[in-house]
Amino acid sequence: MFFTRSRPKRYVFSKGIDDMLIGVYNAYLFVGRFFRELFRSPLHIRVVIDQCFEVGLRSLTLITLTGFVTGVVFTKQSRPSLEVFGAASWLPSLISIALVRALGSLVTALICAGKVGSSIGAELGSMRVTEQIDAMEVSAVNPFKYLVVTRVLATTIAVPILSLYCTFVGLLGSYMNVHAHEDTSFISFFENGFSTLSFIDLFTAVFKSILFGFTIGIIGTYKGYNATQGTRGVGRAANQAVVLSMFLIFIEEIVVVQVSNWIKFF
Amino acid sequence: MVEKHYIHHTINKEEKVISIREVYKSFGELDVLKGVNLDVYKGENIVVLGRSGTGKSVLIKLLVGLLVQDKGTVNVLGQEVSKLKEKDLNALRLRIGFSFQNSALYDSMNIRQNLEFPLVMNRKHLTKKEVDMAVDEVLDAVGLKDKKEQLPSDLSGGQRKRIGIARTLILKPEIMLYDEPTSGLDPITSTEINELINEVQEQYNTSSIIITHDLTCAKATADRVAMLLDGTFASVGSFEEVFAIQEERIQSFYNYNFVK
Repeated sequence: MFFTRSRPKRYVFSKGIDDMLIGVYNAYLFVGRFFRELFRSPLHIRVVIDQCFEVGLRSLTLITLTGFVTGVVFTKQSRPSLEVFGAASWLPSLISIALVRALGSLVTALICAGKVGSSIGAELGSMRVTEQIDAMEVSAVNPFKYLVVTRVLATTIAVPILSLYCTFVGLLGSYMNVHAHEDTSFISFFENGFSTLSFIDLFTAVFKSILFGFTIGIIGTYKGYNATQGTRGVGRAANQAVVLSMFLIFIEEIVVVQVSNWIKFF
Repeated sequence: MVEKHYIHHTINKEEKVISIREVYKSFGELDVLKGVNLDVYKGENIVVLGRSGTGKSVLIKLLVGLLVQDKGTVNVLGQEVSKLKEKDLNALRLRIGFSFQNSALYDSMNIRQNLEFPLVMNRKHLTKKEVDMAVDEVLDAVGLKDKKEQLPSDLSGGQRKRIGIARTLILKPEIMLYDEPTSGLDPITSTEINELINEVQEQYNTSSIIITHDLTCAKATADRVAMLLDGTFASVGSFEEVFAIQEERIQSFYNYNFVK
């Protein structure tokens, strides 16, 4: 199904631009195929659940640590500035807004892009170059459905859950720092923090995480599934999966923030 | 040299299981197959010989729809492969066993799971007991019953080849395709694999295409040999007939394999 340039007499633009456009077109076909296969049985639910655990367990330690440190450090660094204006009591609100609206999902997505995206790219790339994907195909098993759809679904489900967890751990770290300075109860910290958040903030955070999860899964599987040139290709697939996922995550972050701000404005 | 022992199997010259007509295949600038014609009869082992890069593996990948020819027809078990819809192609694939050059075992699964996989995915009505029995049967056929719980990385090259063959046998194929079954193996293990190919032919009554550049393997397993040179079959016949032809490239192929 993939488009390749055969017997090129001359390039339409230049080799680099032609290759890039072909790459974008192939990625479009890949995403299209994902949605077509998604709604065809069998769904391999068991594999999706296994992959969700894989994604979660692979990143949990790092996300816990990063989320906690982000909460503590962000609170510690913000306190002096707020104290100048006598607004230290706004700390829970400030940290909640920052973590829920941006940092929780962004930090989680970047960690998952590094850990999960590279791992998916390398795993599928290795399966491609050792003909394991071909072996699956000749056994009348749809490798796209079994390997790609299940992994993309898993990241799309697991990354939002991890994002919520990261946000919670970040708020916990922030609370511990606040509590060390002043006698604030756990409940009042969270009440204060969430009072400034709207439904659109929470919805945007979850939507963004779903989008990030999908991006990590689709890029990792696309790069791995189409890996070529032996072990070198496997390394390249893993590397490109991380770089491209992170790049797209940043672009998506900017776009979603803009759109949510417009929605709030109207 | 090991020669083929014709014991039980019979070749039905009336029934073609594979028919390849005027097949062309190119990759970019490179023309690999240039008008290939070949018939394989029921119960027959045909060995495709040729140097590396002559398109031997491409040829068998066309038979299972892993690649599609640019021109010509590939007919397997009465069906034109390139015209089949996905469902029909999968039904055809279940009747064909494909043994890969590097075995292509799923390295995240142990041997039992590797063997179960095609069965569990395609014969969902089977009970756990029936699946276990099928696994034991094919492991017995390849003589590796004690390796069930090991990972592919724990096995030797020859054992991996055997498990690769066992994985295809579990679906009881009518056609076997072997891609370089003896490459990278020592002479004794190669001989064992050759014997296994003949046993599979007799026990499972399969027709086979064996891709190789190993003449010992060809002589031990072939009912007929097809010599692929420059994208076409230069000669098809018995081992002796093919190498009796005084053509420089065929003779040099023979001489490089068997040092006189």
